[in-house]
Amino acid sequence: MAKAAKTTKKSDAGPPAQDMDFILHSLQEAHEKAGRYDASVEEMLHFYEQMLLIRRFEEKAGQLYGLGLIGGFCHLYIGQEAVAVGLQSALKEGLDSVITGYRDHGHMLAYGIDPNVIMAELTGREAGISRGKGGSMHMFSTEHKFYGGHGIVGAQVSLGGGLALGHQYREDGGLCLAYFGDGAANQGQVYETMNMAALWNLPIIFVVENNGYAMGTAVKRGSAETEFHRRGTAFRIPGMDVNGMDVLEVRGAAEIAIAHVREGKGPVLMELNTYRYRGHSMSDPAKYRTREEVQDVREHKDPIEGLKKLLLEKGKSEDDLKAIDKAIRARVTEAADFAENSPEPAAAELYTDVVVGNY
Amino acid sequence: MAIELKMPALSPTMEEGTLAKWLVKEGDEVSSGDIIAEIETDKATMEFEAVDEGVIASILVAEGTENVKVGTVIATMAGEGEEAAPAAPPAPAAKEAPAAAAAPTPAAAPPKAEPKSDPEIPVGTNMATVTVREALRDAMAEEMRRDDRVFIMGEEVAQYQGAYKVTQGLLDEFGPKRVIDTPITEYGFAGIGTGAAMGGLRPVVEFMTFNFAMQAIDHIINSAAKTNYMSGGQMRCPVVFRGPNAAASRVGAQHSQNYGPWYASVPGLIVIAPYDSSDAKGLLKAAIRCEDPVVFLENELVYGRSFELPELDDHVLPIGKARIMREGKDATIVSYSIGVGLALEAAEKLAEEGIDAEVIDLRTLRPLDKETVLKSLAKTNRLVVAEEGWPVCSIASEIIAICMEEGFDHLDAPVLRVCDEDVPLPYAANLEKMALIDADRIVSAVKKVCYK
Repeated sequence: MAKAAKTTKKSDAGPPAQDMDFILHSLQEAHEKAGRYDASVEEMLHFYEQMLLIRRFEEKAGQLYGLGLIGGFCHLYIGQEAVAVGLQSALKEGLDSVITGYRDHGHMLAYGIDPNVIMAELTGREAGISRGKGGSMHMFSTEHKFYGGHGIVGAQVSLGGGLALGHQYREDGGLCLAYFGDGAANQGQVYETMNMAALWNLPIIFVVENNGYAMGTAVKRGSAETEFHRRGTAFRIPGMDVNGMDVLEVRGAAEIAIAHVREGKGPVLMELNTYRYRGHSMSDPAKYRTREEVQDVREHKDPIEGLKKLLLEKGKSEDDLKAIDKAIRARVTEAADFAENSPEPAAAELYTDVVVGNY
Repeated sequence: MAIELKMPALSPTMEEGTLAKWLVKEGDEVSSGDIIAEIETDKATMEFEAVDEGVIASILVAEGTENVKVGTVIATMAGEGEEAAPAAPPAPAAKEAPAAAAAPTPAAAPPKAEPKSDPEIPVGTNMATVTVREALRDAMAEEMRRDDRVFIMGEEVAQYQGAYKVTQGLLDEFGPKRVIDTPITEYGFAGIGTGAAMGGLRPVVEFMTFNFAMQAIDHIINSAAKTNYMSGGQMRCPVVFRGPNAAASRVGAQHSQNYGPWYASVPGLIVIAPYDSSDAKGLLKAAIRCEDPVVFLENELVYGRSFELPELDDHVLPIGKARIMREGKDATIVSYSIGVGLALEAAEKLAEEGIDAEVIDLRTLRPLDKETVLKSLAKTNRLVVAEEGWPVCSIASEIIAICMEEGFDHLDAPVLRVCDEDVPLPYAANLEKMALIDADRIVSAVKKVCYK
């Protein structure tokens, strides 16, 4: 239920008055009313392919890590596929910008970035998207308006505020989708940014991917308010609580949030409830949760299995879907071969790109 | 064709482990995601998941086996439907490791930039007397007229006209879209400014003082300075962080610190610390046009000082080039920012005693103009660094290291540093005066290196 709008003192310097149409809950209501996105079978197949690509890519990355071909930190997106695919499918590619933290492979694949150059970055090769100098956590594609790939927890949220400011400044009609996790949601700069985003009416969607654990700390052990979609209330930012394990629900919610932002009504905060099947990073034994908990999500809530079921109901056959899986496995194998067989960066690369200018 | 399952590396440093337990047996069907074994590393027991689907054909390493090297084949699997070509077994890690561990061939050093010098000022150019404050404001206004991507943001920069009045008049000319008052939220707005630069704008982020930029230093270093490198040159970040730096007057330890050495130690940043009006204007204009992130360190005590400034349509100076403020032959005093004024004062006093000192203003702290310093050292053979800042790990330390490494043969005396005392800056007037550098201390040091 919508709360009665509260009148507050007006001030000349304040944000545009919105007291009478304070929309804290209206987006959630609209989302519940609209329900899942009404996708065509073609669209569903496309989502299925994208989610499966992320899953198989990440499994392969895990395998290559195990073989020592990928080093350092490597955070896999397995289980969370519906979030990136559902949200980013609703964006205008080439206009809207996307920024995220270190668990970034899935967001890049969902934005159509070539798996070869992502995998080659993971293996630290010259052909990698950051020429082997960034690694898993630091990947970017300005061509796709994908702005990283940031290793400092929460930093991408303020940077995303800046990307949104850029859209507003240029009046290009674009928006920024800034992802962060339930852990990053406790960083102070997230709220500094929410304050300014609301104050300046920036075109930004704050996306909390709540996968239940900040590294090894369960949400309830680290957050006084575990309903993250409520955390914009203090800044008059409307929140949405979304099932992040259902790609069609995610897409449906995205449509509502994006329309709100594009109409110039300011930022939206979306909480996507999801789950990561693997550890926080490759070296995480994940002893903070039971195997049964993971297995239960896998068996009952898996986003890919869920969509597969729907596709079968829509008349697709097991063989159709198997053919997709086979093609994706081949695509991922190709990416892995490319990543393994590409040369390491030349020694001279050590000194390039430190600064742009010649001083 | 069988799929080989190899002993996985489960942490960045793991080389071997114990195969603690098999959770499958030969003939079991597995699908991707199933946990097939438990492996103990030095840190933890990890679960090993199947990636491919198929049937476990053979288990080659029994459970309980210790010291199993990463990359050892521990089991084989028959892939589901042999027509689905299984992945070609990747090269064993062992083959890869030596290449990674081998000492890299020393790469050729990056090419040196062409030496640059200040543009000639045409004969007959009128010299105006302008304060540093006005020079900085004019630099921003000119660049905002020239390029509509340039905007300024910070606390009190717009309606209040600047906490130190450096942005006076900019709101009137450019409006609130381009002169943005922020809340008191340094970490947040430094991030927004940096993000805006990544997205193609040219922000000038004003910190009321650099002391408050400590709240934002993560974005200056981790976001602004490193991203171009980490992105293989894709992500430009042409942002200027500017504001007053170092000690003001009687404001105590938390408001009185010189961050020059901190920022100058970071690859990927440009660090500029001008002294007079001409350099303030010419270098701020250059900083705003620069493709790299710039930390521009001003000094509150110098804002109100007047200096001559050439009246040119476009007064832009080269970044990375020191300036000889006073020529001399007996000793060199290297300084920057407010220290330059003290060095010039010291040089006058020394002249009265028959010592002809050369004064160099570094102007840019990163990249440092070593050539100008070493050339002067080769001429005078004696050098003192005067720095309004702490002595430990300072710009002075760096200059001394450069003189030792690259100018040793020219030294007739040890290089001395004249820095602030190694204490937090006290409030009491007498103690504050004792803690900060002054011309007399520079005079003594120069006499010492001249053995006089």
